Amino acid sequence: MDSFDDVIIDIKQLSFSRGERAIYDNVDIQVPRGKITAIMGPSGTGKTTLLRLIGGQLMPENGSILVDGKDIPRLNRRELFKMRSRMGMLFQSGALFTDISVYENVAFPMRVHTDLSEEMIRDVVLMKLHAVGLRGARDLMPSELSGGMARRVALARAIALDPEIVMYDEPFAGQDPIAMGVLVNLIRRLNRALGHTSIIVSHDIQETLAIADYIYLISDAEVVARGTPEEINNATSMKVRQFIQGLPDGPVPFHFPAGDYQSELLQDS
Amino acid sequence: MLDLLARLGHNGLKKLEAFGSAGIILMQSLIARPQPATMLPLVIKQIHFVGVLSLIIIVVSGLFIGMVLGLQGYTILVDYGSEQAVGQMVALSLVRELAPVVTALLFAGRAGSALTAEIGLMKATEQLSSLEMIGVDPLRRIVAPRLWAGFICLPVLATIFSLVGIFGGALVGIEWLGIYEGSFWSNMQNSVDFSEDILNGLIKAVVFGFVVTWIAVFQGYDCVPTSEGISDATTKTVVYASLSVLALDFVLTALMFGDL
Repeated sequence: MDSFDDVIIDIKQLSFSRGERAIYDNVDIQVPRGKITAIMGPSGTGKTTLLRLIGGQLMPENGSILVDGKDIPRLNRRELFKMRSRMGMLFQSGALFTDISVYENVAFPMRVHTDLSEEMIRDVVLMKLHAVGLRGARDLMPSELSGGMARRVALARAIALDPEIVMYDEPFAGQDPIAMGVLVNLIRRLNRALGHTSIIVSHDIQETLAIADYIYLISDAEVVARGTPEEINNATSMKVRQFIQGLPDGPVPFHFPAGDYQSELLQDS
Repeated sequence: MLDLLARLGHNGLKKLEAFGSAGIILMQSLIARPQPATMLPLVIKQIHFVGVLSLIIIVVSGLFIGMVLGLQGYTILVDYGSEQAVGQMVALSLVRELAPVVTALLFAGRAGSALTAEIGLMKATEQLSSLEMIGVDPLRRIVAPRLWAGFICLPVLATIFSLVGIFGGALVGIEWLGIYEGSFWSNMQNSVDFSEDILNGLIKAVVFGFVVTWIAVFQGYDCVPTSEGISDATTKTVVYASLSVLALDFVLTALMFGDL
């Protein structure tokens, strides 16, 4: 197990379950400061849940989630909201506020957390929108955007305050190849230039392997592999190989648990 | 039998729990450091949404109910030769009962259901979560302005309902059925007491506004964020709000007028 010099998020012995199903069982995850860390795994393994746990929107049953030394589940409401202002999160659906324009969406975090003048806010909003290629769409309403565009606006909003930690939930899903390339570069540039710590949750193996510094592969409520992209690429474990190469057969079942296929087809209903 | 008891207990506990969390949401939304600069524009926007846009339905219903009261009152009272009392009857029944109750029922259907659906959809599209992650409390930002707007709007709407209803009654009574105008109005003026009738009606409206909006925002905030969940929550808002209004109306009436 590697250890990092400077850990910004330190998750210890995390357990969390939904109903009967364990999502995490005694999991340890460290996120190094200023690096891009990717959380990968088959769908339904609770990758999004992990981001919500870090953001304090869900409470773990057990274990601690230290963000910069503060244990998120033990913070009171005010401290938690303060901590969240240092995090940016890109939601899977974008989650733009549908009653205000693209411009106001990106300006929103600044209006809440800063006393910047209107001109300053305008400049920052235009810069952030320019970075995602949507400066021209600033007067549109969220309902007028395509799914991919909405996600890019949401990204601009997530980085509006230049947070220390940016969490991306499936940033590449639904993007065309051009936008995908731009996003990959943008995430990398933000990370290198501003020293953001980035956490990416994704299934897009190639893109994620290309930009991540460190990867956690999660399956069946456990971390099944961790390491640099090279280490993951060269891993010999069948589970990891199956996921990286996208094979239908292997230790990770494609099918939801079910009875025998043939006998179920032949069975009288 | 034991199973039935267990289920009854389980449902009872669940209802109690929901009531508790509704109370917590209410307290957390309303009890906080006042921030008039951010709050006021949000409240005004909501007043426009739940109040101003409900005006048409309130005015039209008020007019018709006033007209019906005038007509019905006349056909009964004319047998006793006391058709001048139509004005007093219309005014008292509107101010004391019909205005707050019918306004609250219409408000639950028109604005309450919309509030629930709106908040529920915000939850389903992760807008509430993203507010939280930006570091803004959705209870303060989304729920509180809607609650305040409901408290403020319902008494105003009920007052407008009364006024339009009385106008409708006068229209039918004086213009159509030919009741003498002077006795219509002076009877009304003599019998309607400010603290006894108007103030009590307003208190009812305030209570109903509180209950209806509280139910609406809680159902939205607490809904299961799927299409069925939202439709279920919207239905619950209208049903629970209407039943609570009618039940509370009886309680309030008993408290206000029971010793007469």
